[in-house]
Amino acid sequence: MKYKDYYAILGVKRDASADDIKTAYRRLARKYHPDVSKEKDAEEKFKEMAEAYETLQDPEKRGAYDQLGSHPPGQEFHPPPDWGQRFAQGQGGLDDIDLSSLFAGLDARRGAAGAHHARRTMAGNDYEAVVRLSFAQAFHGTEVELNVAVLEWDPDGGVRRVPHHVKARIPRGVVDGEKLRVPGKGGKGANGGPDGDLYLDIEVAAHPLYRVSGKDLYLDLPVTPWEAILGTSVKVPTPAGNVTLKVPAGSRAGQQLRLTGRGMSRGSGPAGDLFAKLRIEVPTRVDETQGALYKQLSESSNFNPRAHFEQEVAQ
Amino acid sequence: MSTPIEDAMHLDTITEVTWTQLLHSSGLPESELRELVRYGALVPCNPDAPVWTFEARWLVVAKTASRIRHDFELDPYGVSVVLSYLERIGRLEDEIRALRAQVR
Repeated sequence: MKYKDYYAILGVKRDASADDIKTAYRRLARKYHPDVSKEKDAEEKFKEMAEAYETLQDPEKRGAYDQLGSHPPGQEFHPPPDWGQRFAQGQGGLDDIDLSSLFAGLDARRGAAGAHHARRTMAGNDYEAVVRLSFAQAFHGTEVELNVAVLEWDPDGGVRRVPHHVKARIPRGVVDGEKLRVPGKGGKGANGGPDGDLYLDIEVAAHPLYRVSGKDLYLDLPVTPWEAILGTSVKVPTPAGNVTLKVPAGSRAGQQLRLTGRGMSRGSGPAGDLFAKLRIEVPTRVDETQGALYKQLSESSNFNPRAHFEQEVAQ
Repeated sequence: MSTPIEDAMHLDTITEVTWTQLLHSSGLPESELRELVRYGALVPCNPDAPVWTFEARWLVVAKTASRIRHDFELDPYGVSVVLSYLERIGRLEDEIRALRAQVR
């Protein structure tokens, strides 16, 4: 198994007091706890420090950990020959599990000694897995396959990590940051206890055209000045296929044209809408003929978009 | 043997879960979960019903409560205060997302 330096993870010395360990953990938890932190890799960092604290805060587990010796982090190591006898009686091979499972097994064993834990009904643990989807997968729904390593208890109270292969159908209309539940697909219950659930943390990649707000979608619709003035019909892409949208004559920049029911669908409720936001684009270069036409237009038009400035400018 | 496909469910206001499901999913002792209900951090569909049920979205709140309780070593009242701030932050983030979608 690979060695983890729990003291270094918490940033304390090996002879740190229980109070020092608690303070170090609390200081780091404030910074990295995934429910309150926006730090990069906060979740991974927090898992590591929680595992370290879980072991070092408990005198018995800390003693057992110290007896493993000190090794460079990540280095493969074997517990001393008598370690299994002293701290993990009955636990099978110690090489095919990681350090956190080893100490979780220690917990279970202590429980078994006190309360016939091994025969007690226990619900399976819930697990979480991140599912990354494209916008199209989120819009239409999709199927995903996941591998989740769950802890399972042996009849004698030992613990092992078991790979679970799960296929899940993701319903249409999921949004970034949402959680989905797959009932009964977490850890196995023991002695007749119910199985845990699997929670899926949904991450949806941003789309180059569509922006999501609840069930509604927003899209920038660039038009030329003459299309805005004269009105036009344009082909607009939507996630469910192209539609022809009528831009009314006299449209202004920033106006939103609504395509009812072209947003996200979710469950049995009505679909959201797609809003096309008009953006008037101006050609950066014009040829001689076009320049002459613009000049002619400027001379014949009395349109003044700054009429409301005039009173202020006159003062 | 091929793996059967499971339906992943939205945790929305339509689906309901029982008190037992909420309790199991949170991993909190029953007395502490009841305390969170008393503080208004978890809200049953009908608080006067003899057996409580909850909108499925409360599963996530209950699990968050359990994490905060354990990881920050807080008492249930402290947990309920943190939950109210997290809910407020979540609402503000939703508003920012909605505004960004409209103004880019």
